[in-house]
Order: sequence, then C-alpha cells, then structure tokens
Amino acid sequence: MTSILALDPAWWQQTFLIKVPIGLLAVLLPAGTIVYLYLFKAISFMQSRLGPMEAGPYGSMQLLAEVGKWLQKEDIFPTKADKFVFAAAPFVVLMSTFLLVVIIPAGPDATFVDLDAGIYFAMAVSSVSVIGILMAGWSSANKYSLLGGIRAAGQLIAYELPLILAVVGVVIQAGTMNMQGIVLAQAEGEILGWGGIGNPFILTQFIGFVIFMIAVQAELTQAPFDMPVAESELVTGYLTEYSGIRFLLFFIGEFASAGVFSAIAAVLFFGGWYIPGIDPANDIFNIIGPLILAGKMMVIAFLIFWFRFTFPRFREDQLQRLAWKFLIPLSLANIALTGVLKVVL
Amino acid sequence: MVTTESEQMAYIAAQAADARVNVEVETDEGMTLNLGPQHPATHGTLRIVAKLDGEMVEAAEPIMGYMHRGYEKLTEVRTYPQVTTLINRIDWLGSFANEVPFILAAEQLMEVEAPPRAQWIRTLLFELSRIANISLFLGDMAVQVGATTPVFYAFRDREFVLNQIERVTGGRFHPNFDRIGGLKDDLPKGWIEETGSVVNKMRDFCDEMEELVLGNEIFQARTREIGVIPPDVALAYGLSGANLRASGVDWDIRRDANVGLVYDQIDWKVWTHPDGDSFSRFWVRLQETREACNMIEQLLDGIPSGPIMAKVPRIIKVPAGEAYVATENPLGEMGYYIVSQGELTPFRVKIRSASFSNMSITPWLLKGVFVPDIISILASLYFILGDIDR
Repeated sequence: MTSILALDPAWWQQTFLIKVPIGLLAVLLPAGTIVYLYLFKAISFMQSRLGPMEAGPYGSMQLLAEVGKWLQKEDIFPTKADKFVFAAAPFVVLMSTFLLVVIIPAGPDATFVDLDAGIYFAMAVSSVSVIGILMAGWSSANKYSLLGGIRAAGQLIAYELPLILAVVGVVIQAGTMNMQGIVLAQAEGEILGWGGIGNPFILTQFIGFVIFMIAVQAELTQAPFDMPVAESELVTGYLTEYSGIRFLLFFIGEFASAGVFSAIAAVLFFGGWYIPGIDPANDIFNIIGPLILAGKMMVIAFLIFWFRFTFPRFREDQLQRLAWKFLIPLSLANIALTGVLKVVL
Repeated sequence: MVTTESEQMAYIAAQAADARVNVEVETDEGMTLNLGPQHPATHGTLRIVAKLDGEMVEAAEPIMGYMHRGYEKLTEVRTYPQVTTLINRIDWLGSFANEVPFILAAEQLMEVEAPPRAQWIRTLLFELSRIANISLFLGDMAVQVGATTPVFYAFRDREFVLNQIERVTGGRFHPNFDRIGGLKDDLPKGWIEETGSVVNKMRDFCDEMEELVLGNEIFQARTREIGVIPPDVALAYGLSGANLRASGVDWDIRRDANVGLVYDQIDWKVWTHPDGDSFSRFWVRLQETREACNMIEQLLDGIPSGPIMAKVPRIIKVPAGEAYVATENPLGEMGYYIVSQGELTPFRVKIRSASFSNMSITPWLLKGVFVPDIISILASLYFILGDIDR
C-alpha cells in the first residue's frame, strides 16, 4: 500500500524505541478515557448520581487513585492455583489487545504495521484473549472462575463467527483486506454514483454494522452478554480470584479492547481517519487523522457502554441461540446480498 | 418435577448431608456449588448448596440460620412496648409493617381497640412501608438479572417514601411508632399534602419500572416460564403474599381476614396473575405498588379526626391468654402467636414470617434450572434475610 501512496514512512515509524511508547499510549489513553468518561461519569449521570467528584476536578484524577490502589494491593495467589498459568493469564489477554492495536491506521502514513491482510490478522488475534480467559478460569481453582471461564470460551467462540461474517461484507465492498485500503475505499467510493461524502460503509453495510456491534459487545463480555463475569451469579467469574496488579491488567485489557474494537469499527464502517472534504492523500491526515479516528472511536465506544448500562443479561443458552439461529444466518444473507449488489452495480 | 415429592426430598436430604460434611469435595456425578453465605446475589447470609451437572441444577438446598438473632427468645425478657424495637428489625425494609400484627395481637388479648384515627394512620404507614419495601424489589430484581441502572432509580425514589415515614415516626428504617392502644404521635403539620405528591412520584416510578424492566425483551426472556409454581404447590408449601397471588390464588389477608386495619373502608383490588413464573411475581408486585398508591390517596382523603390513643394503663400487663394475628405484610403473611401468662413480658412468642415459608419451596423450585435462573428465581421470590432468620 505504501507504494500506492508513494510517501516515505514517517520519521517516528522508523525507530522501534518510539513505536513502543506510542503503541502503549494508543492502548492506555483510550482505555483511561473510556473508563473515566463512560464507566465513571456517563453511567453515573444515567443512574442519577454524580460519580467520582473528589479526586481532581470532577473526579478526573480518580483513575490514578484507583491504579495506585491496585498497585499497592497484595498479589494473592490461591493455595490450589496453578501458579504459572494463573500469573500468565492477564498478560495473554492484554497481549491480544496490543496485537489488535498495531494494525489500526491513524493516518495515511501513521500506521504501526501495514499488513495486506490486516483485518484478517485482527480477527485472528482477537481470539487469543479466549485462551487467556480460559487459563484464568481454570487455574484459579475456584468453581465460580471455572464456570465463568467456560462460559467465556463458549461465548467468544460463538461470536467470532458473526464478527468475521459481518466483516466479510465490508471486505467484499472494499475489495481488500488491508485496513488502509478499506479507509481509502470509503474515502474514494461513491453511493449509487454520488461521491459527495465518499462511501462510509455504515450506510451501505448497515446490517453488517449492527451484527458487528452485537458481536463486539459479546466479545468484550459487556452486558447484555456479560455472563462470564456475571457479578450477581458468579461473583465476578474468571476474575474472582484476581487481585492487585493482575486484576488491574485484566481491567486495562477489558477497556483497552473496548477502545480497540471501537477503533476497528470506526475504520471499517466510519471511514477511519478520513473526513469528507479533504483529499485523502493530503499529509495533514497524519496530524489530524489520529484525532478524527479517536473521535469516531469514542462515539462507537459510547454505544457499547450505553447498551452495557441499559440492558439486563441474557442466559448462556439464550446467547448461543441468538448467535447461531439469528446473527449467523442474517450475516450470511448480508454477505450474499452484498455479493450480488457488488456484481450488479 | 420428574420424580415424586418424597423421592425428591430424600435425594435432597442425602445431597445436603454430603454438602454439609465438606462442600469442597468433588463427587463423581457433577459439582457441588456453594452459593453463599457470602455471595452477592443472596443479599445477606443465605446459603444455597447446589449440585450441578454442567450448569444444570440437579438439587439445591437452602441453608438458613447464619443471621439468626433469637428474637422469639429475646421477646420473653422484654416488656410488650419494648418488643416493637426488636421486631422492627425482622423485615428491615418495611419495618413499620412488622410492628402492626404484634401490637394488634396484644390489643386483642387486652381487649383494647385503637381509636379510628390511629387505625387509619396505621393503615397509611403500613401501605407506605409496603411501597418502601417493594419499590426496592422492583430495582433489585433487575440487578439480579444483570441490569444495573434500575436499582439506582429505586433507591432514589424510595427515599421520598422513607422521608415521609421519617417525618411521622422519627425513624427511616426502624420507626418503633406503634403503641398498644394507638400510636406514639399524631401526623405532623402539612404531612398529608406532601404525601399526596409523594404518591404521584411513586406512580411515575412504577411507570418507569414498567417501561425499563418489565417491558424489556431480555428481562422477559429471563423470567417468563422460569420458576413456575402451580397454585396447588404454592399452597402446599405455605407460600403467601405476592408469591401466592402470582400463582393465581386469590388470597389476600387485607381483604379476607382483616383485623384492626381499615382496608374494608376503602376501595381497592387484589391483583393475581395466572402464570406463576418469575415474571408474574414481578408483575403482581408492581401492580400492588400501584394499588398501594391508590389506597394511600383514599386513606389521606378519608382520615377521621379524634384521639390517637385509647385508654391503656401506664404499666402494661397483658391478661393471660393466647392470640394469633396475621397481616398481609409486603413480603407475605406475617403473624405473631402470643402466649401471655398475665405478666409484664410475653411467655412465648412465635413469629410467622413470610420469607421463611417462602424459602421452603426453593429445593422443589430450583431442581432442573440453570445457574443464572437460581438467581432470578430467588430474586423473584423476594426474601429479606432478617425475615428468614429472625
């Protein structure tokens, strides 16, 4: 793809030492923002309370206080736990998030890696977190953790399929699996011959977007699909035995992957770093692109958390039924329709 | 539901005996899951030992008594006026309602009748505590099936009712306001108008809960045809209150066996639902909250003037005899059987609390359900731990 753009890699892309901190920032900053804005504040306003108000202006430093608290806490290992697996599980979950973030383009040149099969890679590595959750559930030597871990595994595997099938529609329309290519396809595309705002796939792939968001909700184990951590049934599921820094890692992983999946949705359906009116080859996108992407990402993340605060929880069998009997047939029909229209139009 | 009653009971007894020895021991067939005594869903210290096959419950037994406070025994060393302080703490969400049957039973033994105004105010506060109690259920049920928001609305709006109770009695949770022969005080100035507006707020709250919880498709999927209690089983296990009415049994002590309160002088309706599932238990309680709002409005309009205290001796000695009075409390039938030997203290008090009897159906009801349904069924049966372990 770089050959199409015919631009040199940006200066910061050339050194590993700069890439790593920026990657960390790209994971942690959205996670922190999401936690503060949505988990602390938006939910509080929806529930007619104020949320944190004491730490910093409007409680904005609350997150630092929380992180400090978790870092100080004792790192407890249950007596019968499988120590190595128990200790490694949060890193596996977090690793999947970091692997996801590397393929998201934030500007014409602002990418970590530009894989030809970018979205394919993303779908593949997003499943790695299942292994981490199963490890956590099994190694805790706790029945609630075990039930939570097994529920999570069943749920994440069931919802991989609608997630991938929803993406296939986008890939057919864009004609590429490369993330930059998908952005450019939306920037340069046109809807029935009218190219005024390009072709954001939210308009032409709306069914795909809805399926994608439902599947993401399930992948992130957010309500109404939060049975793996169902706090009123399984205490906190696979997280039950975790404390201190390892719980913090799980917590970061949860909200960072909410941010990353929102960013992927922004790239796939909202045109990523592109806004209509500017030539997509313009270098200015390397500066404003990350901000545009972050803005779109936060809007989608708000949707995720809005549903989370509103809905009750499904039962495990109802969740499987929704995936296999409704979402997968619907996404297959969507693919067929997209394929036919792609050929006809 | 597949085997006979006696087989089931024998099986559960055997399983529970296993569980008591060592709940952590794995057996060949399935896993023993120990819900509680410290578990977020049992809001208190109820313990459910469930034998699981995957996520399917093969047998479950509630183990009670972790919070037993010995109230029946303690009443034997308290004078009659002192007892109300204790029994306030049985069902702590609708405390005033706990006092009423005890006081009525003592009045029956003493052959005293409270003046009409006191009876009206008692009924008024009784229904207010019903709203204070059940409004929390409406939010809590949602939290148990996974929606976090409604419970905050429930706590917010319940506060209006508690404020009104506090303005009359001086206590939000433990009013200790009933006296043998009447009430401690009259209503404060302006209270009747304020309560009228609170009733309207609670009506809005009921509408909000109906839209937010009852109308939600996921909530319906989680509660409809889950935990079905047929009417004959409900009667056999001694269920009472909304749990019984949700099974289609048209029985309400306020209408059918009213003692000492003025329910016969106002116009109201007993709500029943034919299904007997978790959803219908929620629905019946929601309708009862609305009905309580209607009742309070009528009571506020019709409250007679007059004294609030009958003539009773300064030192209360209850004549020898026995009396049982039950009222339709927010959780169900609550009754006190008082045996007096003519002294300052009761000789023996038996407390019949609703949650204790309602819990007895759980081994029958939880057989064959999934783990998430344990929680939603328990929530829909609606127990208060203080009402189970007195």
